[in-house]
Amino acid sequence: MKTKTDKKDLLRKYGIVLMLLALIIYFAFGSPYFLTGGNIVNVLRQSAVTGISAVGLTYVMLTGGIDLSIGAVIGLTAVIASSCMAKLGMSPILACFIALCAGVLIGLINGILINYVEIPPLIATLGVMTSVRGLCYILTGGLPVYGFPASFDVLGKGYVGFIPVPVIVMVLVLAIGWYVLNRTQYGRYLYAIGGSREASRLSGINVDRMILATYMIAGFLSALAGLVELSRLSSGQPAAGDGFEMNVITAVVLGGISVNGGEGKLSGVVVGIFIMSVLANGLVMMNVYEFYQQLIRGIVLIFAVGFDQLSKRKKSVKKTKGKAA
Amino acid sequence: MQNDDVIEMKNITKRYPGVAALDNIQLQVKRGEVHALLGENGAGKSTLIKILAGAIHPDEGEIWIEGKAYSHLEPRLAMELGIGVIYQEFNLISYLTVANNIFLGNEPVKRGTIDEKTCYEECLKVFERLGLKLDPKAQVKTLSVAYQQLVEIAKAVSKNAKVLIMDEPTAALSGKEVDMLLDLVRKLREEGISIIYISHRLEELFEVADRVTVMRDGQYIETLDIEDCTRQKLISRMVGRKMGENYPQGKYGTEEVVLEARHLTNEKIQDISFQLHRGEILGLGGLVGAGRTETARAIFGADKALGEIYLEGKQVSIQRPGDAVKNGIAFITEDRKQQGLLMKLSIRENISISFLSRLRKGGVSLDLKRERELAEEYRSQLNIKTPSIEQLVSNLSGGNQQKVVLAKWLLTNSKVIIFDEPTRGIDVGVKFEIYQIMRDLAKQGISIIMISSDMPELLGVSDRILVMKEGKIVGELTGDEIRQENVMQYAVAD
Repeated sequence: MKTKTDKKDLLRKYGIVLMLLALIIYFAFGSPYFLTGGNIVNVLRQSAVTGISAVGLTYVMLTGGIDLSIGAVIGLTAVIASSCMAKLGMSPILACFIALCAGVLIGLINGILINYVEIPPLIATLGVMTSVRGLCYILTGGLPVYGFPASFDVLGKGYVGFIPVPVIVMVLVLAIGWYVLNRTQYGRYLYAIGGSREASRLSGINVDRMILATYMIAGFLSALAGLVELSRLSSGQPAAGDGFEMNVITAVVLGGISVNGGEGKLSGVVVGIFIMSVLANGLVMMNVYEFYQQLIRGIVLIFAVGFDQLSKRKKSVKKTKGKAA
Repeated sequence: MQNDDVIEMKNITKRYPGVAALDNIQLQVKRGEVHALLGENGAGKSTLIKILAGAIHPDEGEIWIEGKAYSHLEPRLAMELGIGVIYQEFNLISYLTVANNIFLGNEPVKRGTIDEKTCYEECLKVFERLGLKLDPKAQVKTLSVAYQQLVEIAKAVSKNAKVLIMDEPTAALSGKEVDMLLDLVRKLREEGISIIYISHRLEELFEVADRVTVMRDGQYIETLDIEDCTRQKLISRMVGRKMGENYPQGKYGTEEVVLEARHLTNEKIQDISFQLHRGEILGLGGLVGAGRTETARAIFGADKALGEIYLEGKQVSIQRPGDAVKNGIAFITEDRKQQGLLMKLSIRENISISFLSRLRKGGVSLDLKRERELAEEYRSQLNIKTPSIEQLVSNLSGGNQQKVVLAKWLLTNSKVIIFDEPTRGIDVGVKFEIYQIMRDLAKQGISIIMISSDMPELLGVSDRILVMKEGKIVGELTGDEIRQENVMQYAVAD
């Protein structure tokens, strides 16, 4: 009996990993180039922007919230940093600093709307997303901004050895993100708040402050992702990152973070991120028409989460039975 | 053949991996009797009920219902056979009216739409029959818990239930409401409906039950006529050992004032002022809704209030629960599952949650090893029964969950602990363990405020009692004045 439940748990726990492996094997057979070193590095690089912002979204979703403004913040940072460099002649470091501050500020606004005005996270960040995107167009007149110092290219296009800089940034963010989540007071509080806001408050946790901090961290990481993207593209597009939050949400949900908060692991999210980028890369390699790619991505999400829900349901039925006494 | 048996369960056994939840259980319920089911948490009462409701299937045994044998029931079949269950969590839809709820699923239909008129009329008939004063057109969400429960019962009766199973029906009710419910139970009995009544409150059983079946650890112990029973007898059958119902004695209150509230006032409470001495257990008595919990929440910073709070002579500012915790005040809430515990986290994580700032090493990361040690320490100190501190708290019984909450606050070195209904939903054996712990804490110089609606508990545990009514403190009892009549006199005085 014990081993049987263990097996099921195992499947539930590692189902997503199996899915990633299955995709890799499938694409490896489908395209001879898929498993070449160059392409693997490519996949990793394509993961970077999603991966960096996914950590912030993971935190937000653990508290039971959501952040739809990720894509808009990516656009805003692209616009701000590029304008600072190209139009105002600032150094890349100063421009990046200002852009990151803007990201944190947007996160702060999200947090204030959610905490103190008590707008539900979905609506608050939807409103912020829309207005920030509008701001991007206003700041640029709708036109892309060009002409950065060459040194700024390092962030998106540089290499250390054979490893792209964006990948290094992602790995750092994930590593710090994991450590904070699993080894610090703040990380524990995220799980607590997502589990029960009221019980957390009555345990003495300053819930409002924690949530505010969480949206600011998410804003910061979205901005960082935006800078990496800007450097890679070498042009500040006011439409940069449009709709990108949906990719990130997909990755995080695939990774097993509960939409209701309080449950899930960052290691799962890492797998979710890779599923997204392997899928995107593999389908291109196999010359799948772009519209079909989108269809497939949607189906993968539904399958993965649906499978998880079904196995959870079976498990909970068992659990209530087991508890009956 | 016992023809007057509506239900007879014979040799029912239900095994779960590693444990027999029910071992050869028997239960006979006669027509028109109130049959109490008594046992500690974990004795197997819920499992037995779920078998009767058809939610789970027994491994062995037979269920006879009105002379017909079944190996197991299904939910639909149980309903058709006239078995209705009133669970602790109601299955009412709060935005619908009372009548709509009662007829949910079999609404009278006229020309394809719900015939509201018949609905209300039928509903009134049921209410009349049961002697209930309820408005069928009222929205359920506007009703108090007690009335919602009556609706739930009326719903079952309207479906021609022959047997009603009530699982802790009075757990959330105040004194008057309990009387109302017990009246209804008697009324149902007169109508020939059998009632299986589960409650931890023994006094209710003496008031309303005809017979009582005692279970312990999944075993059938005995079925007794209530007339042959005493409290002591029932308790000893239930716990399987002789247990003096003696509250741990000793008055340890000193003259030193630890906490003083001055003129606390908000929407729910008015001008609350009192002093709490070191090592004293101060009981807060009064009816449900008298403002006791609200007073506790105001002191703890969970609700905003005007007024002043002094700790050891110094005024402190408590804006939020975090401030209270920092000042050594702890609050053990009545609602463990929603407010006291983090149900998705482990025992270890629950115990340490308010102590994390002191578990940081090097300023940032948590000292997980120390955390485990502390959790283990409190597990053994408070006798928390669990295979591992890594278990989710949701897997624990009520009593053990309460101990986890207590461990959390002991870890923060609380000077003042507020217990709100400390033993609600906790079985007798663990109850006394908790009283003993409270007494030990008082002996160590911790001051305790205890809110309790359980009269014997309030009288037995408190060194001093403040009685509240309509948001005000209306009386103080010490020493020999601590008697039930005195509490009630203040609580209901005009």
